[in-house]
Amino acid sequence: MGKTIFDKIWDKHVVKIIEDGPSVVYIDKHLIHEVTSPQAFSGIEKRGVPLFRPAQIVATADHNVPTLHQELPIKDALSKFQVDTLIENCKKHGVELYGLGHQYQGIVHVIGPELGITQPGMTIVCGDSHTSTHGAFGAIAFGIGTSEVEMVFAAQCIMQSKPKVMRINIDGALKNGVVSKDIILYIIAQISASGATGYFVEYAGSAIRALSMEARMTICNMSIEMGARGGMIAPDQTTYDYMQGRMFAPKGAAWEEKLAAWKQLYTDADAKFDMEINIVAEDIDPMITYGTNPGMGLSIQGKLPTIESFGDVTEKQNYEKALKYMGLTAGQTLVGMPVQNVFIGSCTNSRIEDFRLVASIIKGKQKHPGIKTLIVPGSQEVAKQIKAEGLDKIFAAAGVEIRQAGCSACLGMNEDKIPAGEYCISTSNRNFEGRQGAGARTLLASPLTAAAALLTGKITDIREILN
Amino acid sequence: MQSLQKIKSRFIPLRIENVDTDQIIPARFLKATTKDGFGKNLFRDWRYENDNEAQPKADFVLNQKQYAGEILVAAKNFGCGSSREHAAWSIQDYGFKVVVSSFFADIFKNNALNNGVLPVTVTDAFLQQIFAVGANDTLTVDLEKQTITIDATGATEKFDINSYKKTCLLNGYDDIDYLLSMKTEIEAYEKENQS
Repeated sequence: MGKTIFDKIWDKHVVKIIEDGPSVVYIDKHLIHEVTSPQAFSGIEKRGVPLFRPAQIVATADHNVPTLHQELPIKDALSKFQVDTLIENCKKHGVELYGLGHQYQGIVHVIGPELGITQPGMTIVCGDSHTSTHGAFGAIAFGIGTSEVEMVFAAQCIMQSKPKVMRINIDGALKNGVVSKDIILYIIAQISASGATGYFVEYAGSAIRALSMEARMTICNMSIEMGARGGMIAPDQTTYDYMQGRMFAPKGAAWEEKLAAWKQLYTDADAKFDMEINIVAEDIDPMITYGTNPGMGLSIQGKLPTIESFGDVTEKQNYEKALKYMGLTAGQTLVGMPVQNVFIGSCTNSRIEDFRLVASIIKGKQKHPGIKTLIVPGSQEVAKQIKAEGLDKIFAAAGVEIRQAGCSACLGMNEDKIPAGEYCISTSNRNFEGRQGAGARTLLASPLTAAAALLTGKITDIREILN
Repeated sequence: MQSLQKIKSRFIPLRIENVDTDQIIPARFLKATTKDGFGKNLFRDWRYENDNEAQPKADFVLNQKQYAGEILVAAKNFGCGSSREHAAWSIQDYGFKVVVSSFFADIFKNNALNNGVLPVTVTDAFLQQIFAVGANDTLTVDLEKQTITIDATGATEKFDINSYKKTCLLNGYDDIDYLLSMKTEIEAYEKENQS
């Protein structure tokens, strides 16, 4: 029987299978950041163990950094201490750090791919659940806890059971105004926030093949939001074109050799999946979430479910709890509802293509006066590219400030927070209670839908602007 | 890591689905550089009004005096979202040794096990039976036998755990000790596979 791409890569990285236990899996690349690494560094120090393979680790500061005046010392004492601890740990243990002020600094899942660190066939981990992003290159990439960060420090391996495999096929052509963020929000709304728990997902089909690398990363990024261990897409010419010439991508003869190996990374025709889902691209409309988990999403013209549509008492109570938090009513529509904030950023949608999309909508127009914005590029490189393409002038003319790279209001660890009770159309990945600040009400959507709200001050069907 | 064998305890019923790790420990508490003291901020924004410990929310189970114990019982998909191990540290530091649910998110489950907190997955029907018993009733979780029992009714269910993890928990071993003992095999793997 044939193998899935997941099986091919996983099997190649298994050092040992423990009987009735997990497998010892070798990790090629380990990405770290300031929030989930300090306890792992102190852990190995307490054991008196050195870092096993420091050359396979790359560090950056992203979660807990300001997005204005990064050239000045961080004001918040705890944040400063955490970022300084990363600097000190990296120096002490010989880890390459792209910290604040470095030209490569940025959100860990943005810089890995753009620097060519992320490559097909690799196993990649990071103490961050959105590590699934790197799966867009045909890598097995997933988030781990800090104990596992310590394991990789100590032995370049983790211990995990092999997950089941699921394939989601999306075939057809996307409708006007529909982008990759809508595809993944649609999938999660279909199968729920726990629908892929225990699985590793492969995305396939003609609609996926037609997407750019940036768009594929958005999809793989949110795999965790349906519970999946990770998500991946087999590499193809789009992948190789994106990678070639990037800083850490192989060059010359090494490139040719790697390329030949990467071309073997696909799911065999007779491979079996534990679960398979088929989606018609034409069925997908621009999407938006209305609740407090990413599975609570609907087509932008859709109506919120009625209370009666939930059979189970606990489900009913949970839905009512979410409605109360969001200040919404069962059965209502969302289009036309005023919003106060727009956040464009996060490891889901902060790449150059996202900024091009937003710029294409706001060009020559003005931001709605009632809207406050947080517009945050994913990396210094993205910020540089925004300037090089003159997109910064379009944003400035629209009355919108572009900030400096970091995770920002996606998780509200720094000062970029949404005030309690206010709505935010956000291109990020989670609409959990309090995620963007205590009491903040998050509506997840695509960069296009966010751009539309930026202009109108309300939830808007992007197709009304495009037509 | 602390070992864990058998626990008989009252429990705290948290009838909420999809409890994400942002609720278990909000991001603003992630600025710490040690693993200590997270228990006081467990479920912080569900526990207190205005982030103020002087204003406990009366409708939240951790604030209801009739409930106590070392076992947390939650509705399905517990621990979804962020991979922050701070969630497991908060639960452990608060004093929970076992979390029961009909469904756990993958990363949380691993994080809990790596901190000596046992995630016990039960059927939906059994979960409802637990929620139905009184605040003074106890549950017995026996790791050796892999059973969970509602002591008042005698209802018992078996739960899954692989024998490797079970041995680790029973004895308080952790994965890093195991991996360090495999150094030679890992080096051999590298020699064979480095291109």
